[in-house]
Formats: sequence, C-alpha cells, structure tokens
Amino acid sequence: MCHVRTRSDYECRRELLHCSVDPVLKGLLLENVCIGGLGSVSLEVPDGQVICVSGPSGSGKSRLLRAIADLEPHGGRILLNGTDQLSVSAHHWRRRVMMVPADSQWWFDKVGEHFPDLTGDRLPPALGFPPGVMDWSVSRLSSGERQRLALWRALTLEPQALLLDEPTANLDGDATIRIENWLLAEIRRRHLATLWVAHDPAQIHRVADAHFRITGTGLEPDHGSD
Amino acid sequence: MEVIDLAWWKLGLATLLILALAATSHLSRLGIARSLLIATVRTVIQLALIALVLEALFASSAFYWIALMALVMLLVAGREVVSRQGRKLHGWWAFGIGAGAMFVSSFTVTVLALIVVIGPEPWYAPQYAIPLLGMMLGNNLTGISLALDRLNESVWRQRAVIEGRLMLGQTWQEALEDIRRESMRSGMMPSINAMAAAGIVSLPGMMTGQILAGSPPAVAVKYQILVMLIITAGTGFGAVMAVSWGSRRLFDERERLCLDRLVKS
Repeated sequence: MCHVRTRSDYECRRELLHCSVDPVLKGLLLENVCIGGLGSVSLEVPDGQVICVSGPSGSGKSRLLRAIADLEPHGGRILLNGTDQLSVSAHHWRRRVMMVPADSQWWFDKVGEHFPDLTGDRLPPALGFPPGVMDWSVSRLSSGERQRLALWRALTLEPQALLLDEPTANLDGDATIRIENWLLAEIRRRHLATLWVAHDPAQIHRVADAHFRITGTGLEPDHGSD
Repeated sequence: MEVIDLAWWKLGLATLLILALAATSHLSRLGIARSLLIATVRTVIQLALIALVLEALFASSAFYWIALMALVMLLVAGREVVSRQGRKLHGWWAFGIGAGAMFVSSFTVTVLALIVVIGPEPWYAPQYAIPLLGMMLGNNLTGISLALDRLNESVWRQRAVIEGRLMLGQTWQEALEDIRRESMRSGMMPSINAMAAAGIVSLPGMMTGQILAGSPPAVAVKYQILVMLIITAGTGFGAVMAVSWGSRRLFDERERLCLDRLVKS
C-alpha cells in the first residue's frame, strides 16, 4: 500500500501542470487525485467555503479525505494556497489541512490533556458543555460529546483547511443545527477551506456552498439541492 | 580448592527425577510429559555439543574461530528474536533490526568490558569472551524481543489513535510517544527486576556456578555485579535501537502509518 512515488515521476507531472495552476487561488485545490476506487478527482475548495461530498457508503468518501490529509498514498496533486502537499513535511501539511474523523480518538485520561495550553478553557458555549468539562475523564464522554470536543480540538490548532467526516453523525436534531451554525460561523470567520462529507440532503442544503456526489469513479456536481 | 568433577552416571540420577516428574504428569494427565522430555533431551545434547566446541575453541584460541563462534551466536539470537514476536515486520526487516541492534549493543559492551574492565591476555581469550558474550546476547535477546513484540502489537491495536494523532499534525515520533515508552519499559523490565532481586530473592546463576566451581564468593560477586551492569546497559541500548528502528519502519517517508508492513507470525 505504501509505495514510494519516484521523484522523477512527480517532477514531470509538476512541469506539465505548472502553467495550469492559478497561483493566487486561496484554498484547497485537488488535481487528478486518485485513491482507491476514485479515478481522477479535481476540485477547488475556496477559502471560507463549504464543499459537501456525498455518496453511498464504501464509495471512498473517507479515503478521499485521508488522501487529502496525506494519510494514504495517492496519485495526483493537492495544493493549499498554492503550496504543494509534497513540498512541506507531512506533519506540517496535516497541521494546516486538518481532518476530523467520524470517530474521534482520545488517548489521555482527562479531556483537558488533549488541549494545548489554555485553549480548553475557551470552549465556545455553542458546544453546550458545562464548565469543568476539561477535568472530566474521557471515558465518561458520550460519542456525541466526543465529536463536538474533537471539532473544537481541531480548531484550536488553527488549521487553514478542514476535512470533516460526517461531523454531526452522533448528534440529535437540535444539537446538529446548533453545531452546524457554530461551525459555519467559524469557517467564515477563520476563512477555512472546508470539505464536508455528509449524507443527509437537508444538512447539505443548509451548509453547502457546492455539493458533489461520488458516482462510480469520480465526483459529479449536484445542483439538485440548491 | 579442587573442583569435584561430576561423573556422567551421576547426571543419570538427576535424570531420574525428570523421569519421575514425567511419569507423574502422564498418570495425572497434566500434559507436560512430552514437552518436558523433549526439552530434557535437547538440553543434554545441546550442552554436550557446546562443551566439545568450547574445549576445541579453548585449545586453539585463534581469533577467527572465536569470531566465527560469535557470529553463529548472533545469527541464532537474531532468528530467535524474530520467532518471539507475535506480529513482526515483513521480509528481512524483523531479523535485520533485531540482529543489528543486538550486534551493536552486545558486541560493543562485551568488547568494552573485556578490554577496559577485565583485561585478559589476549583480550579475546575465549574463556572470558564467549561466556560473557553468551550472557549478553541471551539477555539482550529477551529484552529486544519483548520490546519489539510490544511495539508491533500496540501499534496494530492502536492504529486509530495513532492516525488520529497524525491527523492533528503530530510527528510520527509524537504519535508513537506512549507506545515507545511502554515498549522500552517492557523490554527493560526483566533486567531491572533481576538487578532488584539479586542476592535477596535469587542467587544469580553465574555467581552460583562460580562458587560451585571453587571461586571465593567475593570474586564471584564482583563478576556477577559486572555482568549484571553490562547486561542491563547492553539490553537498554539494544532495546532503544530496536524500538527506534522498528518504529521508524512502521511509517513511510510521508509519516503515514504502514500496517501492511506488519505480518502475523
């Protein structure tokens, strides 16, 4: 799975594509990305906008996000504000292009230990936690609570792009709307280029600036929800 | 003080005890008789053969024979490290990392102890070099295989956590921090326990042997302390190397976790 792409291969491609890249594009740019069953995905995610991706389960939505976060070997090019993924070290890239998986991971005993410095104390009220949640043990968190905290944990690291894998999957109706509104406000305020994997048409309608559907081996724009 | 040599027939008396145990096991269906007998036969044959080899080695004491012996010991130990891991790196990596770490740590520390501390003439005199290296390798082997086994198993089980930490922009070293610490602890535990219990709970085997062979206890104890210290140092450095090489190999050049590089034994 982890094969090494030869340097020359990559450089040829860079030469070929050099003139086609718009150097001033702010946001995330995917060019001919191939991963798993997806053949060639090209996509622009401008700053501060939400692009929704939907598709049947197993169609490769999560793997696409993993490829953009550079967690899986993939073909094609991915750029953030004109910077090529391969031109920065992998952890710097992931710090800027941050993926929040559907099932968030917590490895310390206490919630607060996962948050750098004092960022945990600035927990936004919109997330609906009582004060003192940072002293809670991780084991008492419900899956919905974990998911909301994982979103805040990602934002405290100040990324420039967000890859959200069904961020409201474990939330009930009211909480979903509240978290959506809070996320959208943060995305606009911080100018985050956001790729949002969702399956609920109503949610896509509420949050998406554009919507793409995975059909077979590629992405197709979907205008039905606008 | 003269050493009392043991006649071979006297070892037969000890064998009778094993046979009695095997008979007891067989009659009460405890199911250890077979492996017990096989292990007994292996001990007798292997040790008798090594006695012949050592006799020949001590008689010639040519450097290249001793080096050859050391090489064979290293290769066997490397193979043993591989077979003691539940999940191991694919291909020659498991052997290479285990044997490489043992080579660097055991040989360096043994040569250091021979030249600087003990100082026999010549420094590779087989009656010092071979037993010392044997003890180093034996303990190193335990430490390194425990550490690597723990590393690989933990990485396999905690894949989601490691990737979750990578997603937050952590380096592969940060994402693996806890697992590396646990692996080191698990590799070092036998040596540390042995040092803590030495003389109180257990009389270490080498010292006991030396005393039985007629050495004054004060001399035997000094050798035992030397051996325990260098064993612990050697095991520690060996485990540090094995864990850092092994964990580096679990990630590719883009710091992606590559679990397909682990195979089940």
